[in-house]
Amino acid sequence: MTARENILNRVRSALGRKVSPQDTASIDARIAAHPLGMQPPRDWEPELRFRARAEALASTVEKVSSLQSVPGAVARYLVTHDLPTGGICWPSLRKLDWIGAGLGMEDRPARGDDFVGVTGCYCAIAETGTLMLLSGPDTPAAASLLPETHIAIVETARIVPFMEDAWALLRAERGRLPRAVNFVSGPSRTADIEQTVTMGAHGPYRVHIILVG
Amino acid sequence: MELRSNEFKTRAAANLGDEKLQRGLGLIKVKAVVNRANAVAEFGDFETLREVGKAIRDRALADLDLYLERFEREAVARGAVVHWAENASEACRIVVDIARENGVRTVAKAKSMVSEEVGLNDALIEAGIEPIETDLGEYILQINDAEPPSHIVMPVIHKTAEDVADLFHAKHGTPRKTDPAALTREAREILRPKFLSADMGVSGANFLIAETGSTLIVTNEGNGRLCTTLPRLHVAITGIEKVVATLEDASTLLRLLPRSATGQAITNYVSLHTGPKRLEESDGPQQFHIVLVDNGRSKLLAGEMREMLRCIRCGACMNHCPVYQAVGGHAYGWVYPGPMGNILTPSYVGLENAIALPNAATMCNQCGVVCPVKIPLPDLMRKLREEQMERGLKPWPERLGLALWGWAAQQPALYALGTRIAVRFMKWLGGREKLIHRLPLASGWSDGRDFPAPEGQTFRELYKERRQ
Repeated sequence: MTARENILNRVRSALGRKVSPQDTASIDARIAAHPLGMQPPRDWEPELRFRARAEALASTVEKVSSLQSVPGAVARYLVTHDLPTGGICWPSLRKLDWIGAGLGMEDRPARGDDFVGVTGCYCAIAETGTLMLLSGPDTPAAASLLPETHIAIVETARIVPFMEDAWALLRAERGRLPRAVNFVSGPSRTADIEQTVTMGAHGPYRVHIILVG
Repeated sequence: MELRSNEFKTRAAANLGDEKLQRGLGLIKVKAVVNRANAVAEFGDFETLREVGKAIRDRALADLDLYLERFEREAVARGAVVHWAENASEACRIVVDIARENGVRTVAKAKSMVSEEVGLNDALIEAGIEPIETDLGEYILQINDAEPPSHIVMPVIHKTAEDVADLFHAKHGTPRKTDPAALTREAREILRPKFLSADMGVSGANFLIAETGSTLIVTNEGNGRLCTTLPRLHVAITGIEKVVATLEDASTLLRLLPRSATGQAITNYVSLHTGPKRLEESDGPQQFHIVLVDNGRSKLLAGEMREMLRCIRCGACMNHCPVYQAVGGHAYGWVYPGPMGNILTPSYVGLENAIALPNAATMCNQCGVVCPVKIPLPDLMRKLREEQMERGLKPWPERLGLALWGWAAQQPALYALGTRIAVRFMKWLGGREKLIHRLPLASGWSDGRDFPAPEGQTFRELYKERRQ
């Protein structure tokens, strides 16, 4: 008997099952239906809620009218905050005119010493002010994690009310999960020392969100 | 982790006089407890949410075998390797074998209570592999001669910034600093190259999603993301009870977990991992292993403690426990302190090895009130107390005393006479001040305070008088 069989046999006997039930219809049906659990009341407009929540989590938020305005907005943010004007971006963003905005953005994998990482996001969640990022060849996970400053581009049309809406979108558009789904809600933080909240534990110190729409 | 639960009384007594510890514990009451209360109020109908969360966990446990099989099938289909461990030593052996087969020298570890439970760090060190704890709190403990954590969410709640300042100064050889932000920055700078060079990342899993074969972790620091993104291998080690059916079920539980733990509406990072790195990806581990640990959980499923398996490890029960707030986590002598530990420790290591724990409670039910999945913790503690009596695990004076009391309580006339004598004797003991300075047979109670003397009549006598 393997450990697997022993464990499953003990679980079955604890549940009062005689043999391994071939009929998994009940759990299959539940998984296929994936019913909603409980959500808070939706008494807000998603974009406003997203913005308010993101700011409450110590992210900064601005809005531009088109994707072409993003490099200029990134440049302004970095200069205003006295940050280096070079870094990395997702390969999916390589076509933006970074050079025209005076920025040196490379579309390579992030390194441990990069200062700025610019990413998009799959969608954003209004309830909690959260970004949803999917890993992929053009959307590497480390770009939003290793640099000290993370700048994320969010199309306002991609702000959904709840996390469950994000799953619905993902099921409809992709069918299955990528290697990593990362929900990001503000800069990295810790309160391990005397319960004092400190930004920039292991991930970014700053998260700046540029809404496009 | 070394088991010291039977030293509860002596360690608890020592901790009551530990000023630094008391300061840290005091912060729980003004921070963690207040933050949770605010987050719960802000959500609105948190009571219904708890009910829904309980149902989600109960449903998963009621078909645990089916959900585990489904989880395994989905995870394997996406390229993960699923391992099953019956106990702690098997879990360690599996992880050490994976490390050895792949020539692993260093392991970056995200916070995982199951890895503490099975003693993974010691097993890795024994095999010549270096584990590096990367959660700030766990890192502080590791460099302090592998001190055990005293809280499952805030592992160094017993340390002050001054303690950490001394420790970093001594171990890192850097100028001494006391500002938490500066200390955090120092740990970040020391750990960053270790993340980049680690061969293997080890994480836990807050939930396993049967629908997709994914593991889910919640973190604030980002170390969990680093451990699962940068090294060429990722091993997630977790208990078999952590499975839930769907992404929707996990989403509902995510509304309960951070609010109950730290008062956050969501943690900074929630990460789901499904299989290893895909072909064209520039990051992610080449191998993804999932170790499903039983270590006593299937036994709990069969017995009266089954409801404990709903636990989502938020720590609210300890934050709100007057005993934990007074004695701190180390007194409990194992991985899980507070009310959850009062159940889990005896269940996993044997009731005889944790005799004091089911009794380390005032039965005030604060833990039961705040538990996000409505585990009736005091009821479970009472059942363990009953089992202690039945198995003769209580000291003989206590058993004899209770047996005598039980016998007397069944003889109404004798009982009435006994109580009449007792209250009059106690009134006499109290004297003019009506205070008893030293209680016979209970000096431990009266050493630190006076006992107010009764007025001299029993309840039954007073009741009779009032009726007339």
